[in-house]
Amino acid sequence: MVVVSEVFKSLFEGFGVSLEIFALTLLFAIPLGLVISFGSMSKFKPLKYFVKFIVWIIRGTPLMLQLIIIFYGPGLLATWAANSGSANPAILWMSSWQVMDRFLAVIVSFVINYACYFSEIFRGGIEGIPKGQYEAGQVLGMTKTQTFFKVVLMQVVKRIIPPMSNEIITLVKDTSLARVISVYELIWAGQTFIKSSGILWPLLATGIFYLAFNGILTIVFGKIEKKLDYYKN
Amino acid sequence: MSILEVKDLKKSFGKTEVLKGVSFELNEGEVLSIIGSSGSGKTTILRCINQLETADSGYISVDGVVFFDGNQHKENAAEKRKRQLLVGLVFQEFHLFPQYNVLDNVTLAAKLLAKERADYKENKKEIFADIESKAKEILAKVGLSEKLGNYPCELSGGQKQRVSIARALMLEPKILFFDEPTSALDPELTGEILKVIKSLAEDKVTMVIVTHEMSFAKAVSSKVIFMDNGVIEEAGTPEEVFDNPKSERTKAFISKFDD
Repeated sequence: MVVVSEVFKSLFEGFGVSLEIFALTLLFAIPLGLVISFGSMSKFKPLKYFVKFIVWIIRGTPLMLQLIIIFYGPGLLATWAANSGSANPAILWMSSWQVMDRFLAVIVSFVINYACYFSEIFRGGIEGIPKGQYEAGQVLGMTKTQTFFKVVLMQVVKRIIPPMSNEIITLVKDTSLARVISVYELIWAGQTFIKSSGILWPLLATGIFYLAFNGILTIVFGKIEKKLDYYKN
Repeated sequence: MSILEVKDLKKSFGKTEVLKGVSFELNEGEVLSIIGSSGSGKTTILRCINQLETADSGYISVDGVVFFDGNQHKENAAEKRKRQLLVGLVFQEFHLFPQYNVLDNVTLAAKLLAKERADYKENKKEIFADIESKAKEILAKVGLSEKLGNYPCELSGGQKQRVSIARALMLEPKILFFDEPTSALDPELTGEILKVIKSLAEDKVTMVIVTHEMSFAKAVSSKVIFMDNGVIEEAGTPEEVFDNPKSERTKAFISKFDD
């Protein structure tokens, strides 16, 4: 007979890893998303289309598949390179590639995936700011940087909070995909009890964790929206 | 010496020739009104002078500083910005910064500009206090002393436009341009804006006003230009243009506003 406290101890451990994936993804995907959004708005056409192409690939394929490719891809390429017998230095170097650390692979694929989604939200937010705001900044002698940071950015933030909260809530649940490449997280923690003790309820109980955490996020985002309610764009 | 010189200004958008060679001058302290029907190129003149559009050819100088010379095409952002401070523009649609209150809207640019002063770090407090007291003075002048802490969304159209005038005045431009300052307002609110502009004219602020308010233009201007289809159809004193127009087109346009 398993003790309930034991189950929850495992679940909390798994949830800790899920939170780590969540936090690290946000931390890196937001700035990377901003960079990608600038790329997708670039006046330099080749860059713009290259970025749009990448965003299309990432948004057009399942995150689960991306996880698998990022994790297994380097190892597969190394095997291929070693077997090719080529003396080309690039291929020789490739043959020295190792399989990536599982957790690192999760973070890399999550960051790339979410940065692409965020970049589209940022682009929408930035492009939605009326041209007049930039023009007002210019005729008041502000530099482009000043206009962006002092005038435009706050308005963008206000606009993107609702779509961002949507994405971020999805991210909480997407952390469960890490299970696919055998990274121990909340779902796995719940699942182990099926094999070890023949009980299903711990797996079902993981839902409480996602639900509670997303409840907190919903409240936090609601508060932020309310805080920015003092003005209208 | 004229403070504003515009010579043979030409500008096309795609295949549409909006300005077909426009020339005029303005002396310090004068008020110029530009009238004409929509699409005649009035706003484009202001946008070219205020560096929001680049003309195709021609010449623009403000206070002796060359703003545009058909031959010069390299753009130096720092110099462009320096020139920008010589002129001020009040937009038809105000374009206030929604996230800042009235006082911050007026002081923002001046505060950012102050960062470039050599004594900014030591005297930041005094500099900001000066900027704020100056902004309050200007806001008092346009009748908004009571609204310093309000946000643009809490103001009427007329109040918003007065904030935007104060915001432009704050940087003490050599010439203040108005792009149809009352066109986005309800008719009953235009009066308060015209009153502000009139008082600026009395203070000898050099202004260029694109407007559809004919009686106002007649009362406040020292010079009037009637634009038609990308060219200056007629120019002169308000009496000349409004009371004794020479061109048939001017006559036809003016008569539409007689009631």
